[in-house]
Amino acid sequence: MDWEIVIGLETHAQLSTESKIFSGASTNFGALPNTQACEVDIALPGVLPVLNIGAVDRAIRFGIAVGAEVNRRSIFARKNYFYPDLPKGYQISQYEIPIVLGGQVNIRVGDSEKTVNLTRAHLEEDAGKSLHENFRDMTGIDLNRAGTPLLEIVTEPDMRSAQEAVEYAKTLHTLVRWIDICDGNMQEGSFRCDANVSVRPKGSTQLGTRREIKNLNSFRFLQRAIEFEAKWQIETLEDGGSITQATVLFDPETGETRQMRTKEDAHDYRYFPDPDLLPLEIDNDWLQRARATLPELPGARQARYQTDLGLSRQDASLLVASRETADYFDATLAALDPADDAGAAKLAANWINGELAAALNRAELELNQSPVSAQALAALLARVLDITLSSKLAREVFEGIWKGEGSVDEIIEKRGLRQISDSGQIEKIVVEVIAANSQQVADYQGGKQKAFNSLVGQVMKASKGKANPAQVNEILKQKLGNP
Amino acid sequence: MSLSLDDVKRAASLARLEIGDAESQRILDQLSGVFELIAKMESVDTDGIEPMAHAQDMMARLRQDVVTESDKHELFQSIAPAVDADLYLVPKVIE
Amino acid sequence: MIESSLKELSRNLAEKEISSVELTRAYLDRIASRIATVNALITVDPDTSLAQAQAADERIARGEAQPLTGIPIAHKDLWCAKGWRTTCGSRMLENFVSPYDAHVIERFNNEGAVILGKTNMDEFAMGSSNENSYFGCARNPWNTDRVTGGSSGGSAAAVAAALAPAATGTDTGGSIRQPAALCGVSGLKPTYGRVSRYGMIAFASSLDQGGPMARNAEDLALLLDVMVGFDARDSTSLERPAEAFTRLLDEPLSGLRIGLPKEYFGEGMSTEVRSTVEAGLAEYRKLGATTVDIELPASDLSIAAYYVIAPAEASSNLSRYDGVRYGFRAEEYDDLLDMYCKTRSQGFGTEVKRRILIGTYVLSHGYYDAYYLKAQRIRRLIAQDFTKAFEHCDMIMSPTSPTTAFEIGAKTADPAQMYLSDIYTIAANLAGLPGMSIPCGFDAAGLPVGLQIIGNYFCEAKMLNVAHRYQQHTDWHLKRSPVASS
Repeated sequence: MDWEIVIGLETHAQLSTESKIFSGASTNFGALPNTQACEVDIALPGVLPVLNIGAVDRAIRFGIAVGAEVNRRSIFARKNYFYPDLPKGYQISQYEIPIVLGGQVNIRVGDSEKTVNLTRAHLEEDAGKSLHENFRDMTGIDLNRAGTPLLEIVTEPDMRSAQEAVEYAKTLHTLVRWIDICDGNMQEGSFRCDANVSVRPKGSTQLGTRREIKNLNSFRFLQRAIEFEAKWQIETLEDGGSITQATVLFDPETGETRQMRTKEDAHDYRYFPDPDLLPLEIDNDWLQRARATLPELPGARQARYQTDLGLSRQDASLLVASRETADYFDATLAALDPADDAGAAKLAANWINGELAAALNRAELELNQSPVSAQALAALLARVLDITLSSKLAREVFEGIWKGEGSVDEIIEKRGLRQISDSGQIEKIVVEVIAANSQQVADYQGGKQKAFNSLVGQVMKASKGKANPAQVNEILKQKLGNP
Repeated sequence: MSLSLDDVKRAASLARLEIGDAESQRILDQLSGVFELIAKMESVDTDGIEPMAHAQDMMARLRQDVVTESDKHELFQSIAPAVDADLYLVPKVIE
Repeated sequence: MIESSLKELSRNLAEKEISSVELTRAYLDRIASRIATVNALITVDPDTSLAQAQAADERIARGEAQPLTGIPIAHKDLWCAKGWRTTCGSRMLENFVSPYDAHVIERFNNEGAVILGKTNMDEFAMGSSNENSYFGCARNPWNTDRVTGGSSGGSAAAVAAALAPAATGTDTGGSIRQPAALCGVSGLKPTYGRVSRYGMIAFASSLDQGGPMARNAEDLALLLDVMVGFDARDSTSLERPAEAFTRLLDEPLSGLRIGLPKEYFGEGMSTEVRSTVEAGLAEYRKLGATTVDIELPASDLSIAAYYVIAPAEASSNLSRYDGVRYGFRAEEYDDLLDMYCKTRSQGFGTEVKRRILIGTYVLSHGYYDAYYLKAQRIRRLIAQDFTKAFEHCDMIMSPTSPTTAFEIGAKTADPAQMYLSDIYTIAANLAGLPGMSIPCGFDAAGLPVGLQIIGNYFCEAKMLNVAHRYQQHTDWHLKRSPVASS
């Protein structure tokens, strides 16, 4: 039988506020245990929550960015369950009336585009951390993370493969960083996904029973976990078994999913509106302010690069992989101020996606740590555009800038890298090369095109790579005549 | 809507209260009296009435996103039942 | 001195006729010798109180005194006070020393008042008799075989036995007014949102409200001046211009329209309570007020709605008591689940567990709409009744409690019967309205009867005026209980 995999994702994006969602404790990552858990976070008797405007503002930005409806009035509820890292015995979360309703995220898988519909996005607080390793027979509880603001972004069951799920997660990951609501640090747990996976016979319109894979904090795990889970479900059904709704964990060591042992009382969370928190109201002014401060979104930016600057989809999509990259690109272009927009854009895109990306990758640096600024790159590219530098020389200069040897022109002077475009000078070298390589000359004249290339190489070598290659070709052909 | 023994046991389990069989029966008897009082609610038609969750018809007042709290874990943990290495300790959690 | 009002004590202190240390010591001595009789306090800490009194004396000497500087005040044991054991009447918090101050405690500390001790109460404020305290029930100073009422029974008893010149309480369904009535003192529950709930251990968050308990209305006004105020840490705290609650005290009552809800004068009330309250109303007519019959048709349902909403909120509020971060943890258990269950079963008393069960049940899957939402709809009907009623009157009056203080143990077997003790007080909590109780006479057994005054939102100053004028013309509030006189 042919099976169809059906996936919905619930993503917890940690909002990049300074303080927690309901208290004034810091949200910094990596502090010593419990040093960032204040009275409210550890739920002392008598303490009360007060909502952080920064968390709400970020949720609104998200809602606008995905074209969702931002609810003018939303409600915080209590989700009641017992767990040692949940200090109040309930989590404050939006339930019946969330802040963001609907919305869409467009993804591309291979050559096809797809729209993933969002059900909702709601604000809630994170729980603390349970540390199982350090103590024999005991679990240690660190409440530093308790009360950290989260936006839980829930999709419709719209994805049909692990790859689609990963593409959605990556696109979402780019977006939340792009609009500056989440640092996206997956290792620190700032962006983590739960995947609801079910399978059904192809052609069926009814959803199968789903199992929820919890807490996937890398794209690779997301992919592997869904692939394993789907395969397991298909095999189970093909063997005549059935799937029961469950929460499962993915073990990266074994690559397998397994059912969690803790039962959450059949999920009777006894939601009710939190009497300590009044309804959240968002007025038109707030929405307008949020809309006005939102940057141009990745989709719009990519479209602009393709239509206005003539970049290929591949180049444009690489540039909008992060807002830093796109901004770097824009800054480079602005500094270049070229006569030929399209040519400059293509050149800048190549350099940013190619040489610069590779150099950063080798040095394990982020773009914002790049030793080569957009302005410096622009100065370099200006020398390429005015044919002072060949691509090869430009790479050498780039290396010089990277190492901090000075400005583009200083490096060109210091390393003597100016391209030779004086035809007299090139002709002199060509004559010498022809004299010293009579065999190749004979071969070329005997019809071997390869020999010509070898001669060009010799000329370039003799000029230490500085001769303008186009001129070399031209002069060499002149001297040798047609074969 | 009368209460059953299973209802009592289920609520106890959700609320993490340990209640023996004999006690459950006694509690059921007492709660049944209370639920008779509560059942009075059924006598009134409340269709179209907006539920009242708060005493005041007000909207949320928000805090600015500023860190105002400093580390007090030593004070807080001085009253904790079990602590080691700055962590609260509980019997092993099995996920 | 023991007979003095706060206003008089304040003047005595300002004129240095007495020091705060002397005053505090005098009350501490009275507590020490009478604590066994009335069991009104759970914790006293003479050294800390006297140190505060010493600081108050220094402040008075510097000429920086506020009206309540140096005055010892007993606090219901659910206000968190830094360094003070704060038990909430529960084994769960038997050894809980609060690491922080409630907003109200902060305000009293800033005023320079002295914390005299922490008063007895029904566990987690759940009760109408103080019999649900883990520390034994407080006893009524008028007759120590009788209950004090609850849940602020210790505070009422402390004031009635003259173990404190004033006390704080909290009121979720009548917990200030009913014990005030049963112990013959004055008590006021302000409009919901007036007094910050930060640091007040929660019972039912949408109903809980702190307030003062004292000998007379004027003292309540002085206390309210300190207790009321905006607090950014409580999302339900109201931002309102400051007002002096004493400002209207002496206004005449001519033209005052008193609404008498027929539902509050029906069956279930003892005949002596009825006749005593009616005598009180007659006094008001003498003062120039008129009475008008009003209707609060939904009030009949207030007990039902309350016993859904309050336990629901409580069941969730009390989930934090899990033995992990503070408070009681069972000594023996098998695993995490067992630790939770044993800790909570041993740490909570019977009534608290009963209400957690009710609350858990009404919120659980399949029952939410029928119970919780229904109760919230009824809550709105009740609030709307009051809005309509206040179109026809300025104040609403009724008995505070259907009976005077009953015997200890009389109602413990039947919770539903006990719940009816709050039949006249609960509606004000559901509506969020201010309510108070003042003494208006005694029954044949010599037990006090309370008159309840319910005002419109934010009308506390006017209510205090209404109570104060009555107390200028009557002396019920000046009668001393046998324990106070002893």
